[in-house]
Amino acid sequence: MAISLKLNGETHTVEAEPGTPLLWVIRDELKLTGTKFGCGVASCGACTVHMDGEPVRSCQTYIEDVEGTEITTIEKMEEDKVGAAVQQAWRELDVVQCGYCQSGQIMSAVGLLRENATPTAEEVDEYMYGNACRCATYQRIRAGVLRASEILEA
Amino acid sequence: MTATLSRRGFLKSAAAATAVLYVGATADGVAAASGSADAMLNPFVKIDSNGNVIAIIKHFEKGQGPATGLSTLIAEELGVTMDQIGYEFAPSDPQVYNNLFFGPFQGTGGSTAMANSWMQYRTAGANAREMLIKAAAQAWGVDPAGLDLQEGMIIGAGNSAPLGEFVAAAAGIAPSETPRLRDASEWKIIGNEATRRLDSPIKVNGQAKFAMDVHLPNQMVVMIKRTPQRGGLVASFDDSAAKEVKGFIMAMPLPTNHGVAVYAENTWAAMQARAAIEVDWDMSAAEARSSAEIRDEVMAALEAAPVYNVNKADRAGISAAVDDAVTVVERTFYFPLLAHAPMEPLNCTIEQTAEGDIVLHDGAQMPTGPHMAYQQIFQLPPEKIHIKTMLAGGSFGRRATPDADYQVEAGLAFVMTDRSRPVKLVWDREDDIRGGYYRPAAGHKVRIGLDGDGNIAAWEHQVAGQSIMKGTAFEAMAVQDGIDHSTVEGLADNPYAIPNMAVGLTDTEKATSVLWWRSVGHTHTAYVMEVMMDLAAKAAGRDPVEFRLAYLTGSKDAERKAGVLKLAAEKGNWGNPAAGHVQGIAVHKSFGSFVAEVVEVSGTPEDGIQIEKVTAAVDCGIAVNPDVIRAQTEGAIGYGIGHAMRDQITLDGGAVEQSNFPDYEPLRISDIKAIETHIVASAEAPTGIGEPGTPPSAPALANAIAQLDVQVAELPMSENGVSFV
Repeated sequence: MAISLKLNGETHTVEAEPGTPLLWVIRDELKLTGTKFGCGVASCGACTVHMDGEPVRSCQTYIEDVEGTEITTIEKMEEDKVGAAVQQAWRELDVVQCGYCQSGQIMSAVGLLRENATPTAEEVDEYMYGNACRCATYQRIRAGVLRASEILEA
Repeated sequence: MTATLSRRGFLKSAAAATAVLYVGATADGVAAASGSADAMLNPFVKIDSNGNVIAIIKHFEKGQGPATGLSTLIAEELGVTMDQIGYEFAPSDPQVYNNLFFGPFQGTGGSTAMANSWMQYRTAGANAREMLIKAAAQAWGVDPAGLDLQEGMIIGAGNSAPLGEFVAAAAGIAPSETPRLRDASEWKIIGNEATRRLDSPIKVNGQAKFAMDVHLPNQMVVMIKRTPQRGGLVASFDDSAAKEVKGFIMAMPLPTNHGVAVYAENTWAAMQARAAIEVDWDMSAAEARSSAEIRDEVMAALEAAPVYNVNKADRAGISAAVDDAVTVVERTFYFPLLAHAPMEPLNCTIEQTAEGDIVLHDGAQMPTGPHMAYQQIFQLPPEKIHIKTMLAGGSFGRRATPDADYQVEAGLAFVMTDRSRPVKLVWDREDDIRGGYYRPAAGHKVRIGLDGDGNIAAWEHQVAGQSIMKGTAFEAMAVQDGIDHSTVEGLADNPYAIPNMAVGLTDTEKATSVLWWRSVGHTHTAYVMEVMMDLAAKAAGRDPVEFRLAYLTGSKDAERKAGVLKLAAEKGNWGNPAAGHVQGIAVHKSFGSFVAEVVEVSGTPEDGIQIEKVTAAVDCGIAVNPDVIRAQTEGAIGYGIGHAMRDQITLDGGAVEQSNFPDYEPLRISDIKAIETHIVASAEAPTGIGEPGTPPSAPALANAIAQLDVQVAELPMSENGVSFV
């Protein structure tokens, strides 16, 4: 079926069967590969995108449910005030190692900071719990969110 | 491998490649944009006439930092800033880009990327600098001795010009036999805390291209319907339901019959089609054992005389000395199978060019492996096979298998087609968790005899486990007199000066394929050594740090190990935990580096332990990129502790019981509240840092928990009496 998908401000018409995860439409059809496949069961967060500004796991978000919403991916974060602050903090602190999970980490971090501009370390841990990083960059993720908060508050 | 040999090897290859002058586009886009000529000044540095400098990185980047680290060496010696250098991954060429510690074999592992490249890349950078300076000196008619290259400018004798101006002329100059390496006092980038990773910017904006992100025109996605038990074979299969899946192309059994290759137009179609295929498996030759049987075999082997006397000790005498000791401390340990579970599931993409060449796009940890395998599969000479190394989303050892398992799978899936369409092989997380190549199961039995003064009189140690190297292409190199060193590393060769130590080894059956896993044998040997040192100290009524230090004398290694132990104790406030906290400590040498860690925890094993802080001290020689060393130490600690807390792979009737992150739970952000890493200043040549932080982490945690009267001699902790918050 043809589905109209608004992604990063542009409207796309994609052919996809109902039940197709948004993740695979983004990656395989629209060829935006910043959004990653990690587990397919919403337990690692590597596929996190924003739906109407809220982080969702795109591997468990089905294409028929996204019509009428605005989807944003990591590729658009540079233009987002919070997204740019998080990216700046990530670069300053060299949060990444392999980097494969970091798009999802950043999308979640942006979600947190939009909801809570000045989180505590404990609140960061609570919010980011579902984003796995096998390189265990967690301590820098935590510091990165707190640093991004500082950048935004300045 | 000595520096002299490295340099000689470099000069030979440099001479061979110096004459090459590349014109036009390159893969990185930098030179393509300039439209200018690139000079390959040697195999490790490429510079164009606009002054764009590219370091050619012979190691793959899985996050451990060689893209930044090897670029640092080139930039330092050449005389450019980190903003003036980019990087590319080297092609597969075991003659030019081999790991100098591995022989004629290109590959990354054993925390050797920096250690084996240290002189080679510095020499390459120094040679490029000298060639450019000579070219400038000729043009200016001055003595090259009065010139230097700094921040991309050739300067001196009243002249100044950007290095790009002399690239073409430099390409015609022979490299020096002995280029002058910059003295440590001149270093601006090596050791600089401010250096940032070169791959950070593209990894925070979605632009980084991992192998999984390769999308070739007209490609097919292939997934493999796998046997649930190792050794199972396809008897027959029914793909009629798969034909209902839109995008399904075809299904064929692999030539090995170990699975059915499912071809589809895209990943989701491949997943769905694979799920719809019914396979009738011939399990007559399949593995049917369960974890309990594997454990029973290991434990039984520990009770019998060992097959191998690893350190040629007088076992009977040492055993008798333990029997006669005033105090005997005895423990038996067991370590389960573990999966690596890198964040990016295994995958690679393969295509055939118009000329009939084969190109593999892969996060290639050991390019020589698939390069050799593909010569067989495609019946092609090596020069017709090309490997494009992509960024890898983690590995921890998994992307390097002696039999190039997933690349061979892709090769077989491709060779069965007419090769008109590229094939992208994709594993999902379930394939990864169930796909074998685990950290081997191992057991240890240790008996320590203490004399009346609380000193070690004798140490009887026995290991039983599954050999990683036996039966692989690495056996000849890694197994001596039947002893697979990777099962016992860190025991008899430990810098502790332990008197009367006997180490025995018995191999047990491989009920599944096993593989090196971040820090290899040290994953279990360090745990046993360090938990036993604590137990011995406790039996002797001595402080664990003081007790260890008593055995850390008499060699340079022992002194370096003592150095990190003391530093970790000092920085971790050893002996003075916060109110309600307890501490544990461990120290270990692996891959040439020394790491000590103090783990401080709160809570109780019954109600839940919280890891409050880990304080690490690291001596890995010269700290080339200190912040990368810290990051690797943080990650290595998390990797070691996360698995020790709650992970294991178990088999039931030969089938793996775990399948995905919900039942192979990764370390999460809240599991460790803080990690602090301190680096020992050193003038020694750099050694590894990707792995050495892992070995001491789990025993330091165990030693902390032991303060709460729960001794964990079997992992994971969560299955053996310890709960976590």
